Amino acid sequence: MDITLPLLILAIPLAMFLILGLFGMKMSHKLAGVLGCLGMGTVLVLSYYTAFTYFFSGAPEFINAANERLQYLVFDQTWLQFTDKLVIKLGFLLDPISAMMLVVITTISFMVHLYSMGYMRDHHGVYEHGFQRFYAFLSLFSFSMLGLVVAPNIFQMYIFWELVGASSYLLIGFYYTKASAVSASKKAFIVTRFADLGFLIGILVLSFYTGTFNFTELTSIPVEGMADVFQVNEGTAETVRSIFQNSAAPTFMGASVLTWALVLIFMGGMGKSAMMPLHIWLPDAMEGPTPVSALIHAATMVVAGVYLVARLFPLYLMEESALVIITVVGAITAFYAAMVACTQIDIKRVLAFSTISQIAFMMVSLGVARPEIHEGLGYMASMFHLFTHAMFKALLFLGAGALIHAIGSNDYTEMHGLRKYMPITHWTFLIGCLAIAGIIPFSGFFSKDEILSACAGYDWVAYLWMSLVAGMTAFYMFRLYFLIFWWKEHKVKEGHHAPHDQPWVMSLPLIILAAISCVAGFIPFGKLVSWNGISYDFMAHFDWSVAGVSLTIAVLGIALAWKMYCKENSLPQKFKNAVPALWDWCFHRFYWDELYMFITHRIIFGCICRPLAWFDRNIIDGTMDSFATVTNKASEAIKPLQSGQIQMYVWYYLVGALALGVITVLCLI
Amino acid sequence: MEITAIYYLVPALVMFCCGVYGFITRKNMIAMLISLELMLNAVDINFVVFNRFLYPEQMEGMFFTLFAIAIAAAETALAIAIIINIFRAAKNIDVRSLNEMKF
Amino acid sequence: MESVGSIILYFIVALAMIVFSVMAVTTRKILRAATYLLFTLFAAAVVYFMLDYEFLGAVQIAVYAGGIVVLFVFAILLTSKPGDNTERLTSKSRVLGAIAAIAAFLVCGYALAARCINFVQKPAMDTPTMDQVGSTLMGTAHGQYLLPFEAVSVLLLACIIGGVVVARKR
Repeated sequence: MDITLPLLILAIPLAMFLILGLFGMKMSHKLAGVLGCLGMGTVLVLSYYTAFTYFFSGAPEFINAANERLQYLVFDQTWLQFTDKLVIKLGFLLDPISAMMLVVITTISFMVHLYSMGYMRDHHGVYEHGFQRFYAFLSLFSFSMLGLVVAPNIFQMYIFWELVGASSYLLIGFYYTKASAVSASKKAFIVTRFADLGFLIGILVLSFYTGTFNFTELTSIPVEGMADVFQVNEGTAETVRSIFQNSAAPTFMGASVLTWALVLIFMGGMGKSAMMPLHIWLPDAMEGPTPVSALIHAATMVVAGVYLVARLFPLYLMEESALVIITVVGAITAFYAAMVACTQIDIKRVLAFSTISQIAFMMVSLGVARPEIHEGLGYMASMFHLFTHAMFKALLFLGAGALIHAIGSNDYTEMHGLRKYMPITHWTFLIGCLAIAGIIPFSGFFSKDEILSACAGYDWVAYLWMSLVAGMTAFYMFRLYFLIFWWKEHKVKEGHHAPHDQPWVMSLPLIILAAISCVAGFIPFGKLVSWNGISYDFMAHFDWSVAGVSLTIAVLGIALAWKMYCKENSLPQKFKNAVPALWDWCFHRFYWDELYMFITHRIIFGCICRPLAWFDRNIIDGTMDSFATVTNKASEAIKPLQSGQIQMYVWYYLVGALALGVITVLCLI
Repeated sequence: MEITAIYYLVPALVMFCCGVYGFITRKNMIAMLISLELMLNAVDINFVVFNRFLYPEQMEGMFFTLFAIAIAAAETALAIAIIINIFRAAKNIDVRSLNEMKF
Repeated sequence: MESVGSIILYFIVALAMIVFSVMAVTTRKILRAATYLLFTLFAAAVVYFMLDYEFLGAVQIAVYAGGIVVLFVFAILLTSKPGDNTERLTSKSRVLGAIAAIAAFLVCGYALAARCINFVQKPAMDTPTMDQVGSTLMGTAHGQYLLPFEAVSVLLLACIIGGVVVARKR
């Protein structure tokens, strides 16, 4: 495969970032926006071409005779060479998940670019301040995310991992005059940085013992007879395990070094993917513009953690305990986020917690994936859910953006009964809700059902738990839907015109994403993506008993939401009064933020930082200050010697010279 | 009677001490400069005498004196230029009144 | 053993040197101080002649006596009225100066007496010819002085420019 197209996929967004960032202010708003869209459109076409070539061309470097998909290293350039082994490369790895991610990222990114043309201006068509900057940052983000998914080694992944973190920081803090946006961006950056510390340590431990950063060596073996082509192989896992057993046999705190490395790497994924207890940044990240939330905090960046685990899945596979940790963390997070989402009143917050919950679904799915259970169905289901979730969650966020744009508030208590005013938004939002709730035939049904099947194959507790969360998902999404579009008639405020549907640049992405959400479930995903490249028909693992149960639960959730929220009534209030404590805890997100504030402010700042600051200010600064004071006093004291009378100086000189002369004479004679 | 080195060195030393005395006591800057020239000359004589009595086959002392004379000429010319400039600004050349730049 | 003439000459020169330098620093008329300086410089030139450095003596007379003292005289005439006395010295400053001078004399004199009393006979030496002096001044070999010579020429140039710049009317 020619390397030009893959290079262009990375180079165009970077070039767009530089052009818009450096010269954006010189351009008109419209030109900047159109340029950004054109750039992203080109990348979209190139990525689709690349992905389709990979999946469907049947070339020998992409798929072998036994119908197993291979990893193809398009290019791999040495960037920094420190020693023989410590080499950092930059490259482009094409394999099922990176090809799929190319499609996801460029689709959502292009939709968001298009949508922002309408969203980032007010009702009179005036563009927002910093419009060009916004597009520059979007391009930077797209570049970083594409670089992340195609990384052929874990260090490149780390570099781009930090870059997406930085661009996320920039975009959350886009409205930098707003204090809440600034603190949200800082929070996101600090929390993810803290998690990345674990990631970095994990990388270092792993590569220290294995002596390589490359995924192609860690998880796959070269295919004989072809350069740059690799096949995912369980044998490498055995090799890595034996390396660790031979050289790093000692255990640390009850777990082997390999487990530690994998868990630390997963910690980086926890930070980016907002798993408990590092989830606190994601709800606050909704301070950014809504298209940003759709792109970064729903569809692409937050699934980087899932992608990371999927990328290293063969390694995780040999450490059962690491996978169990992933499953448990994911399951708890999914339930927690679903609980909180049931009570929030800010629609973006609801969607944020729903995102956390859905990403946790993907994590659980990876955690329960085993080759012997349905041919590793969990892995495929996770990636499938990643794909469908990206589409319908971006749809929901963009729909929420349209609502916010029309109403001017995030709060759904000001929305109610909008279905007549905004039909396009209404229908697309409904499709998104149906998809996430898992109603047949929308895409969410299939992917979620695969996940539940995988859980069922693993353990019945996990299955029941996740089914419960799936039901809650249906409930809170339809609670949101009914409260926005039904509940009671909309009252148009004095002096405001009635809310209406948005211009076509905003409607078009909604319609496209809704269409994808309707049909994406029928993609034969098992043929395209599997953990070891062996394609299979996932319908063979389709179990109507599982599907029926999940469907029933989803319908029950929707029915409950309909009962409580379709028409204005007192049921929600009664329910709230029945369990005030539970409601309060959910509404305040189980006081996680307060806990963090307590730990950071009271314990860390109060008990560690304040004494350190005192020490710094009084002991260290005091020592330095006393040096300065002594010098100052001494100079003041001897200043009068500098009388300006040259004959006094001659005196001093003469006395000194004579004294030296006397000494010399006495010594010599 | 033999005129040895010490016979030349002692008058030079007296000359030097006169220079020191003048430099310390005089208030007029030109008078101070004159004292400075006395000291310089005393040192020149020392160079020449040591050259002549210890290393008659070489000429280092003599040349050192030669260059010292040239540099003394340059120094005097500059010093006098500065003195004239000061005189123009301050209307006198009393060294005691020139202490504006001390600190 | 020196000739009587040279001994007499020596005493005259030594006496002149001492007396005129003392007078140069004690007289209250500044123009007279410059004149006494001139005599002292002549005495130094005679010393150079007596030590067979004829070229150096000539330079001393030409540059010092002829150039520098004239410069002094001009400067004195520019900065003070003829006949002005400098103000009378306080006894305190006179005593202090005398102490400094005598202390310097004692220290240096003790060193001279201790170390230099032994340099006896003036060794024989051929008076350096102009040829020798010229080639030493212009040569680049070991013990020859082209570089300092050039440096001094640049210094003198700088001094001319500096003198003009500093002293010119603004």
